[in-house]
Amino acid sequence: MIKIYDYILSVNCYKQRLMMSILDVPFESIPIDFYPGWEHKSEEFKKINPLGHIPVIDDDGFMLRDAHAILIYLASKYDPTGLWYPTNNPELIGETAQWMLFAEGTTNTASAARLHVNLGYEFDIEACRAGAHRLFRVLEEHLWFREQENLGWVCSGEQPTIADIAIFPDVILSEEGGVARIDYPALRRWTDRVKRIPGFVPMPGIFPVGDARPISHEGEANA
Amino acid sequence: MGVVRELSLLGQAVSYLSTSPDIYRAWRTDPATPVGTASEPSSVTEGLPILDRYGYLWTSLGVPNGDLFDIPEYDEPDRRNIHAATIGVHCSAPRAIENFLDMGHFPYVHTGVLGIEPHTEVVDYDVQIDADSNELWATQCLFFQPMAAATSTAGEMVGYTYRVPHPYCSLLYKTSPLDESRMDVIGLFVRSVGPDRIEAHMILSLIDDSNTDSFIRRFQQSIFAQDKPILENQNPKLLPLDPRAETPIRSDRSAIAYRRWLSDLGVTYGVIPED
Repeated sequence: MIKIYDYILSVNCYKQRLMMSILDVPFESIPIDFYPGWEHKSEEFKKINPLGHIPVIDDDGFMLRDAHAILIYLASKYDPTGLWYPTNNPELIGETAQWMLFAEGTTNTASAARLHVNLGYEFDIEACRAGAHRLFRVLEEHLWFREQENLGWVCSGEQPTIADIAIFPDVILSEEGGVARIDYPALRRWTDRVKRIPGFVPMPGIFPVGDARPISHEGEANA
Repeated sequence: MGVVRELSLLGQAVSYLSTSPDIYRAWRTDPATPVGTASEPSSVTEGLPILDRYGYLWTSLGVPNGDLFDIPEYDEPDRRNIHAATIGVHCSAPRAIENFLDMGHFPYVHTGVLGIEPHTEVVDYDVQIDADSNELWATQCLFFQPMAAATSTAGEMVGYTYRVPHPYCSLLYKTSPLDESRMDVIGLFVRSVGPDRIEAHMILSLIDDSNTDSFIRRFQQSIFAQDKPILENQNPKLLPLDPRAETPIRSDRSAIAYRRWLSDLGVTYGVIPED
């Protein structure tokens, strides 16, 4: 079974839990005392990831780090439909890569602001918030035009991709960092659509719109 | 020598330093000892009162009226005392305490853990101000919880006692899943950074000889993270003390008593009317 070195309040770890829940992949969560223990910075954990960050997955001995790389791996290996990471379609795969890079931006702005407010990380909070709004405005306009074509996801296919999974947590938790979404109606409609994907699981701080899987609190196997 | 650090307490800049072993000083920020510089504790002459208690440093901008509240359980030898987290929240201190006292939200906000539909009833409980200590107590609280603690294995009716010994601090006593004759203690100590900004410190004093600190923290942090968006979306941010300002229901008896108690204490920070 896949093991994930995990922290329940990390957006990057949540991206993996959400993907595995949607793909119905059982996994075992290994809780890291990220805060206040800083276990991911310990010498012991650096044997698992010398960069000292989570998530890291261990899939039967195959180790992989970095949230967006793990999404690519999970979708490539565990999605038999090939829709979540559409490698057979050059345009779609290009768009997916483009929006995965965009997700690096939302993580480094919106989710950085959240870390500053919640856990006291020393970031330039005004720069983080301004950066998040700049990206949200771009995504808002993009999604609005998608809706005019009766399409609901960040890439131009009819199905969501890992790019939606990569961006969603940074957006849905942005208010915790003081980045309000009131001016982004298309963005809010999109987050509701993500919440309705079968197999959707929330994390603490996110509320489902309908039936969802329960948040696991055991730190045990998720099946 | 220690490095001077600074934080905001009730909107006032407070500097502090610590040197080992266990020497602490706090003072109102003063250009003579700039933040980030190394300084000797002995150089602090106009210090604020300071206490090292329950794993935290406590100070006061005024003259403390008596000692800090006592938590006798904290000193019991077989207890685990764990700092679960310090989390910044965009809300006022009394809003955070009032939410901590509320059981009605459990099934909707902590679904599957501290409550679950259709077990939504808050049965009547007692609220009183202890005449000797002037502390607020809510007793005889009972609620159905699917997973009352990190150590729970099944849903159960859980007994709660709430204690508010300080306007911005509260303690919750609940039946320990591992020893029915004793109570786990969960504390919420709030530092008001500004009128609508806080840092919430969560402390646990538990009967638990098996789980790791990491496991227990994860459980508590999950619960708190579910409360966070609720706290941050309350309007107005400051807690209105006028009983007509918001419409309470029967299960809000502790909130009504808390607001009245804050009024009687003359609290004007984080509340409406503001000072």
